[in-house]
Amino acid sequence: MTPRRYHAAVWDEPLVMEMGAPGRRGVVFDSPEPLVAAAVGDPDSLVPEGMRRVERPVLPELSEPEVLRHYLHLSQETLGMMGVSLFGTCTMKYNPRLATELAARPEIAELHPAQDDDTLQGVLELVHGLDLIMRGLSGMDAFVFQPGGGAHAAYTHAVIARACHAARGELPQRNEIITTIQAHPCNAATASAAGFDIVTLPLEENGYPSLDALKAAVSERTASLMVNNPDDMGVYNPEIDKWVEVVHDAGGLCFYDHANFNGVMGKIKARELGFDACMYMLHKTFGAPKGGGGPAVGAYGCTEELARFLPEPVVVHEAGRYRLDRDRSESVGKVREFWGNVPQLVYAYVWSRAMGADGIERAADISVLANNYMEKRLLAVRGVTKSHPHLTAPRMEMTRYSLETLERETGVTVLDVQNRMVDFGIDAFWLSHEPWLVPQPFTPEAGEMWSKEDLDQWIDVLAHVIEEAYTDPEKVKTAPHNHPIRRLGGTDLNDQANWATTWRAHARKHPGAAAVADSLAASP
Amino acid sequence: MSAHPYMPNSTPEMERELLDAVGVADVESLFAQIPATHRMKGELELPPALVSEVALRRHMLDLLARNETCEQNLSFLGGGIWQHHVPAICDEIVRRSEFLTPVWGTPSSDHGRNQAWFEFTSQLAELVGMDFVGLPVYSWGCAAGFAARMAARITGRAQLLVSDTISPERLAVIRTYCDSDALPGRIEVELVEHEPATGAVDLTDLQRKLSERTAAVLVENPSYLGIIESQAADVAALARSHGAETIVSVDPLSLGILAPPSDYGADIVVGSTQPLGVHMSCGGGAGGFIASRDDPRYAHEYPTLLLSISETVAGEHGFGMALFEQTSYGGREEGNDWTGNSVYLWTVANAAYMSAMGPEGFAELGRLIIARSHYAASKLGALAGVRLPFENGFFKEFVVDFNGTGKTVSEINRALRDRGIFGGLDLSHDFPEFGQSALYCVTEIHTQADIDTLVAALEEVVT
Repeated sequence: MTPRRYHAAVWDEPLVMEMGAPGRRGVVFDSPEPLVAAAVGDPDSLVPEGMRRVERPVLPELSEPEVLRHYLHLSQETLGMMGVSLFGTCTMKYNPRLATELAARPEIAELHPAQDDDTLQGVLELVHGLDLIMRGLSGMDAFVFQPGGGAHAAYTHAVIARACHAARGELPQRNEIITTIQAHPCNAATASAAGFDIVTLPLEENGYPSLDALKAAVSERTASLMVNNPDDMGVYNPEIDKWVEVVHDAGGLCFYDHANFNGVMGKIKARELGFDACMYMLHKTFGAPKGGGGPAVGAYGCTEELARFLPEPVVVHEAGRYRLDRDRSESVGKVREFWGNVPQLVYAYVWSRAMGADGIERAADISVLANNYMEKRLLAVRGVTKSHPHLTAPRMEMTRYSLETLERETGVTVLDVQNRMVDFGIDAFWLSHEPWLVPQPFTPEAGEMWSKEDLDQWIDVLAHVIEEAYTDPEKVKTAPHNHPIRRLGGTDLNDQANWATTWRAHARKHPGAAAVADSLAASP
Repeated sequence: MSAHPYMPNSTPEMERELLDAVGVADVESLFAQIPATHRMKGELELPPALVSEVALRRHMLDLLARNETCEQNLSFLGGGIWQHHVPAICDEIVRRSEFLTPVWGTPSSDHGRNQAWFEFTSQLAELVGMDFVGLPVYSWGCAAGFAARMAARITGRAQLLVSDTISPERLAVIRTYCDSDALPGRIEVELVEHEPATGAVDLTDLQRKLSERTAAVLVENPSYLGIIESQAADVAALARSHGAETIVSVDPLSLGILAPPSDYGADIVVGSTQPLGVHMSCGGGAGGFIASRDDPRYAHEYPTLLLSISETVAGEHGFGMALFEQTSYGGREEGNDWTGNSVYLWTVANAAYMSAMGPEGFAELGRLIIARSHYAASKLGALAGVRLPFENGFFKEFVVDFNGTGKTVSEINRALRDRGIFGGLDLSHDFPEFGQSALYCVTEIHTQADIDTLVAALEEVVT
């Protein structure tokens, strides 16, 4: 079947640094009022000598409609979730536009975090309400929303583990965090940044590390386990409760990275499995938008025993009133200023209330069902295999596949296929975190927001591209053809001579391009 | 049960069709991997569902109505989240679904977003006078914390000197990032005193504390207390003479009239992205940036993603990741600290904001803010019992000393609230040496009439 056609908008949009004309204005401000001017004199004289700006910043000079149209063009040169995006491990989710509207209202947008609690009762109630929802789903005793993403929540756990063991007088000794090769890299990275050594368990034939390997790894040095379950291949570790016992027996804490929560929402609770702490990503599971990489929230929850270490402030509800508790002597302090990305909390609260307990359980059912539907169809496509094919139990909300066969037979790689699929409006699929345990990996996640027609379209496009790979491999290897731009050339961006993270660096390294910047700088 | 509006496959017919295709009788059988003993005990207890958007919107409006806003009230709160004008086009642009929803994409598929990111780094680079800018981090304090860790790796040293007038919020974040308690890798955070007369960094104390152990000196300019550090060049020179890095922490909106940190010796520049076209959102508008010279010595220590301009096979501009292997995505625990989601959407607003402002917009805004803030300060300082510890040399925030009124800031702010005014941030807890003092913030949104209203209200309240 020939897939639906797609073509991105192509605007050849210049860089904003190359646009405009001297003297144009996009925003103007009034001069200080006469009485103000009379009282303070020349504003420039208020800047201490030596600290005055001499040369104007070389910014473009544009009118308001030019700026608007430029960024609208750039938006049109961005696919985002306008097509079908089944980006695995990130749980592409509907972002309720009701929340977009609400978060833009002044009752959220024009709040200052240092306002008196009496003036913030609505937003504090929302935060507390979300805390209760997270407690309901996890069985934990308290949640905070200060971490600005999933990795930041993992860092928060590492910091809390540090504080907890310090309080027990066991810190220098407990200097190891145990994780697995299939856990997100942020677990190892954040624990290392907090000062811990990392022990990484490899997978064994069941698709997860063995209990024996864990037993061999734990010791009086174990500070905490940091692990996800199911993993990114859709494999659930059925011994996870025993893992928790082993780590607890050794005196360590257990942190559940719930990045892959979508398939187990309402099915399991982290606390009932024995975990001390867990993390949900509100920008994945709970309907907050991706934004290309945040603003995001890693909701961090823990038991009563660890709650005293939580970053402050914590929202408390007492005597019919909500307040921010900042006076917490054992708190680890702060991992970020203020108390969270409030607009994203609005999305998560709206999404959770719209779904309710039944809706959330249904979403888990549908996402696991949809993944198994996809798996059935995908494994019928030539050149597609799945990881650990000997594991016959149905995978959870994701399955990891491989295009190793296709690559061997045609020379077309998974990256070529990814690029070519976008020619049909399919957002680039997720491959795998480093290291690639499965060659030529890809990992779609169906979730609950995509219709069967969407899933079929995705699969049909993959099948079409693979057919092309066998009949016209050059077409796939030279993809994309229908994007705003072609694929990047082979320039090595790890070489200082080539990289340029700003236009001024680019202009310096490529003097031809600098002329434009200079003409802007010369304007009055 | 009717189909849920967010879930197209939630009809019984669709579920049946999918089950039949998979070849199983029910959904439950697909959860076979989870042992029965792991399954949730009892029912999931959550508040009742509000599936109807009509009902949900009504519930939310009732909730939100219990907030009082900085639009209904006249607010002088600042301290790191500031009420500035957000041009309407910034909101229009960041609400576009294309910018709101992308996850990762490819350099070709999400080219427009990547270009907007590059326009963010490029324009910010012009403001701060640096050639190398990373993609954003969670917040200003996080940027400062990461910069301290970069400096420690660069110098192989483990002490950070910070002016004691730094924001308590940011200092708390920096302490977390630098701490490792009894584990290896700790960066000691030591405070440098300020001059009582000016509020500026005390160079004598700085000199006393600088040593071959010092990785970096972090100076805020303007400081949390609003002070423009006129001796910033001396701070940087002192740091350099001891082999330490200078981290300058800025409010980018000040840079239309204040010298860029590159002019006075900054090695690394950090700051907030919130004032560049992002609403306060109760602190949810926070975002941070890290910039430096374009030098491998710095570039190789960034924890952030680094977006570079490049070229496509057809010679078009395109954008790709530089030095990806040094991130935690590429290197797990061997990477520089960690990277992850941060505040990428806001960089699109930041880019639009900076291009709408242009050089003259920033200069005009800076002059307006510094004029009105000095007007407000002089009026407040003339009130009985009210004093300004630092009468000039500030940008948009300044300390107001109420000790002579016999009233606490808390009492004063309560009385102001009855008059529809949110008074300045109470400093009495974090800066006890100032007694009953508050940090007032005046921006372009405050007219002379607003300031006069504040002055009249305070006159009533303190006398």
